[in-house]
Amino acid sequence: MSIDVTGLNKKFGDFVALEDVNVTIPTGQLTALLGPSGGGKSTLLRIIAGLEKADTGSVSIEGVEATHLPAQKRNVGFVFQHYAVFKHMTVAKNVAFGLEIRKRPKDEVEHRVQELLKLVHLSQFAHRLPSQLSGGQRQRMALARALAVEPSVLLLDEPFGALDAKVRKELRDWLRRLHDDVHVTTVFVTHDQEEALEVADEIVVINEGRVEQVGTPDQLYDEPANDFVMSFLGEVTHLGGVSLRPHDIELDSSPRLAGGVEGTISRMVRIGFEVRLTVLTVDGDEVSVVVTRAHARTHGLAEGGTVWLTPAAGATVVPRMAAAV
Amino acid sequence: MADTLVRPTAEVPPVEERRRPPRVRKTPVTYLLRFIVTAYLFFLVAWPVSLVVTNTFDNGWESIRSLLEDPDMVVALQLSAYVAVWSVVINTLFGVGMSLLLVRYEFPGKRLLNALLDLPLSVSPIVVGLALVLVYGGRNGWFGPTLAGWGLDVIFSTPGIIMATTFVALPLMIRELVPVLEEIGIEQEQAAESLGANGLQRFWRITLPSIKWGITYGVVLTLARSLGEFGAVKVVSGNVLGQTRTATLAVEEKYLNFDQQGAYATAFLLAMVSVACIVIVGIIRPKNHP
Repeated sequence: MSIDVTGLNKKFGDFVALEDVNVTIPTGQLTALLGPSGGGKSTLLRIIAGLEKADTGSVSIEGVEATHLPAQKRNVGFVFQHYAVFKHMTVAKNVAFGLEIRKRPKDEVEHRVQELLKLVHLSQFAHRLPSQLSGGQRQRMALARALAVEPSVLLLDEPFGALDAKVRKELRDWLRRLHDDVHVTTVFVTHDQEEALEVADEIVVINEGRVEQVGTPDQLYDEPANDFVMSFLGEVTHLGGVSLRPHDIELDSSPRLAGGVEGTISRMVRIGFEVRLTVLTVDGDEVSVVVTRAHARTHGLAEGGTVWLTPAAGATVVPRMAAAV
Repeated sequence: MADTLVRPTAEVPPVEERRRPPRVRKTPVTYLLRFIVTAYLFFLVAWPVSLVVTNTFDNGWESIRSLLEDPDMVVALQLSAYVAVWSVVINTLFGVGMSLLLVRYEFPGKRLLNALLDLPLSVSPIVVGLALVLVYGGRNGWFGPTLAGWGLDVIFSTPGIIMATTFVALPLMIRELVPVLEEIGIEQEQAAESLGANGLQRFWRITLPSIKWGITYGVVLTLARSLGEFGAVKVVSGNVLGQTRTATLAVEEKYLNFDQQGAYATAFLLAMVSVACIVIVGIIRPKNHP
């Protein structure tokens, strides 16, 4: 196993950032640390990198005990949310930094830098200063710089957080393809569940300093361990005594299925191909339902209309926690 | 990604930000304010300084030449330069270290230290001079007799002048560097650390290049202040002709002795060094550094 974290605790003053965290991150995979802001996921990543010190607990990287190893000796690549580019160096010099520190021969450095710039599609920008690059280009440069030293693990702290939505999506796809080429063990922190579900092989959900669940995107989405994981990975609504996703509710204009709950459409919003409904049931629940535009049209749905709701077959359902409502 | 990867040149880097403030509509008040500022600077700064220049050159280069032919004056100018260089060296080393300490570390008494560092700016240089005499005075000082016993005279000698000058110019470098260090943050250094750089390599390759313009301005300010220091130096130097008389002390001496021409010429030389420093920095600094 590539990264082993055992019994990690970390406090900032009175604030508990991490509480008894145990995680094992498999070799060669792309793992996401997912959770809300302030949940401790960045702290965990920084402790793995050696940029932060844990109060108690241990970290080992590729079987090497690293708890007391300084960052410079851990051989990890770290990519920061705000790029942390070396402003006074050209793109090529930035990428070459780690190799020059390691006193590699000049022609080897040059060759490797060219190779990496090609990999991140920045070859023609080699002699520019970082200030002349866009945000997405800077982050690709930072990634090349981290990869240059052939790190045993690559750690990315909200790598696309400072970029606009379109570039973020492009870079996300690109990171996935890059990882398929390079195969270095990669851990990235994100609070964007869509990003995690789309890119990661494995997701570690972290909330309030604790690990809530570890699993593949499918496992997490289909078998959430608790209400928090379920609600964090997507929209959740409550029907009867259970929590489920708004698109996992079947909606009929007549009481066709057994166990259907009767309700009135109080609000109807159309967004592109989908229609979002708010239904007030006779039980007093306010249920969100998402249906397709075609579905809404065939059933002739309109505000004020009466409908019957049933959980769809095979829907992900979690018993509703009273405290969570 | 399609458009950026297939045609990377299509990704246009952001346009260089203009540092010009937005245009404001000009009203009579605008012109009135401009006039007030211009007149204020003219009567307070430009006119008096220009009179020093015109007075210096009343007889052409004669006054400068006679100044440089006077061996005591040459010694005074050399002493001023010597003291200023030492003050710059000490304040640069101390200033860089102290600024890093203030910005990067939390420790008890940090606020007190911060306030203490402004003391040299807030107390009169005369007080600084007297305080140094109290501590290092050769006969009655607190520490002076011990040093004198080791054969080291501080007061009425060059070390005292250097100490007084360094003290007075101490905050300039720190006040120049602290905002720069705060702005660059520590992420670049953390990045360097994770790439394998040790403390010295990080300082040399990352921190120092990032703050070099701050240091340059700090050096210019410290040099100008050190060359011009008068009060503190007057107390500690003893003003011995040809030995511990600095150029500023010589200006006063000449002025009091009705050698106005000589006083103006010396003052002109001192002012020129400072102006030259500022002009040179202005020329060599890169355009995007304000």
